Amino acid sequence: MSAVPYPVPTPAAVDPTRLKHKYSRNLKERAIELVLLSCGLVAVFTTVAITFILVYESIGFFSFVSIWDFLTGTVWTPLFANPQYGILPLISGTLTITFIAMLVAVPMGTVIAIYLSEFAPHTLREVVKPVLELIAAVPTIVFGYFALLFVTPMLQATILPNLSGFNMLVPGLVIGVSIIPTIASLSEDAMRSVPMAMREGAYALGSNKMQTALLVVMPAAISGVVAAFVLAAAKAIGETMIVAIAAGQNANFSFNPMDAAATLTAYIAQVSQGDLEHGSVGYRSIFAAGLVLLVMTLALNLTGHFLRRRYRRAY
Amino acid sequence: MNTATSAAPSASTRDLEAMRARIQSGIRRQKVFALAGILCTSFAVLVLLAAFLDLLFDGLPRLSWDFMTSFPSRNASQAGILSSWVGSALVMLVTMVSAVPIAIGAAIYLEEYASKNWFTDLIEINVTNLAGVPSIVYGLLALGLFVYQFGFGESILTAGLTLGLLILPVVIVSSREALRAVPIHIREAAYGVGATRWQMVSDHLLPYSRGGMLTGVILGMAEAIGQTAPLITIGALTFIAFLPPMPVTGEFPFLSMEWIWAEFTVLPIQMYNWVSRPNQAFQINAAAAGVVLLFMTLLMNGFAIYLRYQVRKKIKW
Repeated sequence: MSAVPYPVPTPAAVDPTRLKHKYSRNLKERAIELVLLSCGLVAVFTTVAITFILVYESIGFFSFVSIWDFLTGTVWTPLFANPQYGILPLISGTLTITFIAMLVAVPMGTVIAIYLSEFAPHTLREVVKPVLELIAAVPTIVFGYFALLFVTPMLQATILPNLSGFNMLVPGLVIGVSIIPTIASLSEDAMRSVPMAMREGAYALGSNKMQTALLVVMPAAISGVVAAFVLAAAKAIGETMIVAIAAGQNANFSFNPMDAAATLTAYIAQVSQGDLEHGSVGYRSIFAAGLVLLVMTLALNLTGHFLRRRYRRAY
Repeated sequence: MNTATSAAPSASTRDLEAMRARIQSGIRRQKVFALAGILCTSFAVLVLLAAFLDLLFDGLPRLSWDFMTSFPSRNASQAGILSSWVGSALVMLVTMVSAVPIAIGAAIYLEEYASKNWFTDLIEINVTNLAGVPSIVYGLLALGLFVYQFGFGESILTAGLTLGLLILPVVIVSSREALRAVPIHIREAAYGVGATRWQMVSDHLLPYSRGGMLTGVILGMAEAIGQTAPLITIGALTFIAFLPPMPVTGEFPFLSMEWIWAEFTVLPIQMYNWVSRPNQAFQINAAAAGVVLLFMTLLMNGFAIYLRYQVRKKIKW
């Protein structure tokens, strides 16, 4: 603690303008960070606003209609003189169409993903992936036109002459095709993130490509692949325009794909086309339907993201 | 020894043959599987092609200069898409102006500023979840919030803000990817010469990640332009046979923002309106509007894909 063995530089006189500059610079930095933070908070506010508006209007709705009748009723006629608000017909329509869509998209999307990730030559993959992206980017209204004025007439003319003009089958099939890219690209990501060493191990034991893909890569990537299914299902449930155009828009408690039906989304779209009086029961009913829709998709999305996170952590 | 084995194949050769047969059948099955993969892929591509060609065959003969410059009409053969494409363009403008700065700001915050804590997690979870919220729910939000709470009415402003919120997650995610692609040593070098965080971001990160961000913005805009459901919900499905007020006026101050309050229609809504009519002449109009819409979407997406390819090729850190 004695004298310092080297010469201590005397601190240079601090230039007051420099200090001021530094101070204002720090202030500016803080301000910018706050602005950027508030940009990030917009996402939080959007979620809060969505939840608040749906819940708020639904509470208003449930003061007219009992929750029990709403959840168990099988007749949905909100626009009739004697309205009934049973949500089950909309849910049956939504589930039937989603089921058909998944029946198309799950096998095809998975096979495409396995093919692209394990079999396809590099150049082919580089071409196919953007094309799949383009399919995903086609406005769904165009698919709606395609479903109503191409697929339905085509099926009527060939294998299903009894198919009515509006039905659940065709929108289901077309939604299925429209979500193939979701499943294919998310599952492919999951399979490609399986480490090469696992494939090499399988090859070293004498497996061929298919055995490696199905017995080694697939099980390792399964949570990511299932996540892709779940996220795609959420997308199918939330799809509006294809259903609104091609399924017929009359709520029908039926699981028969040949019947016309309405879904939660189609109902919201249909009712808001008319002039709804702000605050009326009809106006509030679309928010109640929206709340049910949000709960269904949110549950699926959270499951999907949880599963995706799990496979990411594994490797 | 040799003669013995050729006369009566030993157990080991029989095993060998069985093994070879198994390998062969495995290879056969593998080929069948690869074929299935090719078939599924081409099926998906063919469906896209069929949808595209169907629209083209129905709609292309109807496309003409008159169709682009006429208002919708009761008479199918005189109807056109003037008000809807002008509406689409203006709504896109509002969407871009409102969403892009916020999305890029949020991306910068999450990538460069946010510390790893529950609060950042909260924002991240919200962004991921918003990406999965069905588009029609955004319509309900807009109906409750913009139309009635804020009193914006069924205006271009409402529509633009709604679509802006809708594409926010898309643009945030791709901007973050673009920022993440800039290597850490660029940041360190900037800090090393005494840059503040914002100087580093604005002088280095933003210029270097511009291409990637632009890709995300275009993809977001391509998604927005095809959206129908959220705009139906806010009540845009009306007969619009007029244009919004001109943004440029003859007298001082020469710029007018009156147009953001105007009623509007957009291409996909016009198409929906026409496709849901039983009259075939209107459905042909719908196809023609669809051709324009699809062309614009594919053009934007194609450009984004090309841009991303160029960005990836060009960057060598």
